[in-house]
Amino acid sequence: MRAPALLVAVATAVALVTGPVSPAGAAGSGAEPPAQDWSFSGVFGTYDRAELQRGFQVYAEVCAACHSLDYIAFRNLTDLGFSETEVKAIAAEYEVPAAPDENGEVFPRPATPADRFPAPFENANAARASNNGALPPDLSLIVEARAGGADYINAVLVGYADPPSDTDMADGMSYNSHFPGGQIAMPPPLFEEGVTYADGTAATVVQQARDVTAFLAWASEPNMEERKRMGVMTMIFLVVMTGLLYVSKRRIWSDVH
Amino acid sequence: MSGPNFSNPVVRWIEHRLPVFSFMHHELHEYPTPKNLNYWWNFGSLAGMVLVIMLVTGIVLAMHYTPHVDYAFASVERIMRDVNYGWLIRYIHSNGASFFFIVVYIHIFRGLYYGSYKAPRELLWILGVVILLLMMATAFMGYVLPWGQMSFWGATVITNLFSAIPGIGDWIVTLLWGGFAVDNPTLNRFYSLHYLLPFVIVGVVVLHVIALHRFGSNNPLGIDIRGQQDSIPFHPYYTVKDMFGLGVFLIFFSAVVFFLPNAMGHADNYIPADPLVTPAHIVPEWYFLPFYAILRAIPDKLLGVIAMFASIGVLFILPWLDRSPVRSASFRPIFKIFFWVLLADCVLLTYLGAKPPEGIYVVLARFGTAYYFIHFLLLLPALSIFETPRPLPRSISRPVLDPAGSVAAPAAVSKEAP
Amino acid sequence: MAETHDGATRRDFIHVASATMGVVGGACVAWPFIHQMNPAADTLALASTEFDTAGVAEGMAVTVLWRGKPVFVRHRTAAEIEAAGAVDLDSLPDPQADADRSERPEMLVLVGVCTHLGCVPLGQKATDPRGEWGGWFCPCHGSHYDTSGRIRKGPAPENLEVPPYTYITDTVIRIG
Repeated sequence: MRAPALLVAVATAVALVTGPVSPAGAAGSGAEPPAQDWSFSGVFGTYDRAELQRGFQVYAEVCAACHSLDYIAFRNLTDLGFSETEVKAIAAEYEVPAAPDENGEVFPRPATPADRFPAPFENANAARASNNGALPPDLSLIVEARAGGADYINAVLVGYADPPSDTDMADGMSYNSHFPGGQIAMPPPLFEEGVTYADGTAATVVQQARDVTAFLAWASEPNMEERKRMGVMTMIFLVVMTGLLYVSKRRIWSDVH
Repeated sequence: MSGPNFSNPVVRWIEHRLPVFSFMHHELHEYPTPKNLNYWWNFGSLAGMVLVIMLVTGIVLAMHYTPHVDYAFASVERIMRDVNYGWLIRYIHSNGASFFFIVVYIHIFRGLYYGSYKAPRELLWILGVVILLLMMATAFMGYVLPWGQMSFWGATVITNLFSAIPGIGDWIVTLLWGGFAVDNPTLNRFYSLHYLLPFVIVGVVVLHVIALHRFGSNNPLGIDIRGQQDSIPFHPYYTVKDMFGLGVFLIFFSAVVFFLPNAMGHADNYIPADPLVTPAHIVPEWYFLPFYAILRAIPDKLLGVIAMFASIGVLFILPWLDRSPVRSASFRPIFKIFFWVLLADCVLLTYLGAKPPEGIYVVLARFGTAYYFIHFLLLLPALSIFETPRPLPRSISRPVLDPAGSVAAPAAVSKEAP
Repeated sequence: MAETHDGATRRDFIHVASATMGVVGGACVAWPFIHQMNPAADTLALASTEFDTAGVAEGMAVTVLWRGKPVFVRHRTAAEIEAAGAVDLDSLPDPQADADRSERPEMLVLVGVCTHLGCVPLGQKATDPRGEWGGWFCPCHGSHYDTSGRIRKGPAPENLEVPPYTYITDTVIRIG
């Protein structure tokens, strides 16, 4: 009777609400980021280890100069397919402050896998001072913290262009067709062959942008693969259980007229 | 209704001192439930189960969360990354809030459609509205705890609503904040209250169930149980039906928790709170959007706040606005049309609440708001007088047992209702 | 009336099956809620501590934090080692040879937690009371430990625990 009608109404309500909310958050005039085909999208999507390792290389050699990665520890890099030994070696290339020595002085020590990535600047003011007054955001949640997610991050990284003739560019800003407002304080970060990939992949700007975006998507949600794996098992279980409960219900109710 | 006779000596020993078993027996076996409840009646017990899910996950999250402006965001990220299954528990909790509102909104609209608020269930309905208000307060304060940008600015905007109160508004806002802006004292008190209010909800739910069991469930026909043939025991009939309903719910819920866990949230809340930068679009969680649309539809600050609170307040007096003695919309042809218009209006307001307050959206929101109040304050009292209901069946079993087999009962009973 | 359809057996089987699914599902859900109380990944990552023993001069003792607990690193004098080795094992409440309690005899590494009820014994500083056997003394309930960290007198049932540790260079030990 009305049941299907009300269900349709509820579904429409949910669709109406969840649909338009996200684009509303996209804020401003940035062009809609083109949808990319990511290995990690979809119900069965997983991260591509080789892509993540290349992306980590781009982060470490390019982005890390200005952007922190506060919530990622070196030990997390084993997720990218690095061995424990490799992770120790990577960590040891970074320095973090040691515990105060017997005189109370703090000296740097090599990082261990338990340490988190050290930030490039002491504090926000130091970061602004070195970056023309703009604060480079922390990157550990950047994909989740932007409407449009990985597509948007990728689009911004490849979205640099010469400003249209009618645009009045502010001092020190770069034109980026996908950044809200079109003017971004980050100069173009990626260059052709700007990094040399260990696996021999040609380091085009498009390739680097894609790789580092995949790495940042992983950084935003390192547990995604476990989540989806558990999700598939849970759904199968629930469908079987609910099916059985439905048969049970039918049988118990069969004597009610 | 003879008392149960327990054979197990342990059960009897306990029963003699603490009559829990006869209580269970009474509630599950003797408590007569209309046999014609449809699946919309699943949402009441479902809401209770979601409340339990929220309590359990919330208590667990509190074991890992740090209510301090410097550590709150990081402690939530630690839950998401380092605590064993912390991501799962937090996603259940954050999406559980959304599903709690979905379930409760369906539960409310079911009550509106079938007239479940009418005598003798007025207090049952009012307790339900109290639960809704408590849920809203709890959800709002819970959303502040991760201390992201939307947490901070949502808290700022909502607490500023109280500044609309003439004379003492600013004093109240400062009192709520414990400072001159939303800050650490605000976060701490919100955490304390977010932990407390769910248990208050449990208390009101108990009252809600006691009131329910006084006269039993309403039913799709909206007529009273006339005897044994109209009712069945709650157990096993409705326990197994509720379990099946729970299974269906969990399928939808798990699909979101495991595959779209951030779809109902807002990206800006993954940016740590920054008191110096307001996000471009402040949007509350979806379940507050219709009220937010009403707030913004009215150009005056105080009147907007009053209208927003009145949109829930009007539900308290609903049993006295709708005077029609016929409960179910099945027998109220005109009321039924307006019910669907009201539902569409609420969907529209939800949509508008997510839109920027400009141009056509403001105009539509004003119409939507006006219609919402017209429905309750003018249409329902008018319908009580002018509408001619369709004939009611003689009893719940009647339309099924009658060989004619239709809801349209003999003409003899047709005019009994008005 | 249900019996008229399929009979009791099949009907019971369905109910048992769905109830079993429910119980199994409930048990599976319980695990994440229990496991979340176990040490988190960042806590486990700090489960090992590295320490350079080169700075610990003979006769000196240093306390290192490992897994939130103090670890005593004591550079024993020849006299202390000799005293620890000369004990008749049968006279000990918890017999263990001194040689089995350290990787290198001069550098004793012990978890500094009294095996009675978890207090931290005194004896690390030269000014501390070290008990009747010159090792450590727990002020909470009066347990005396010798220069090998073995319980000699008092309520503690066992010797001070030797944590798992290895020398990763000539002087650096990794505890845990």
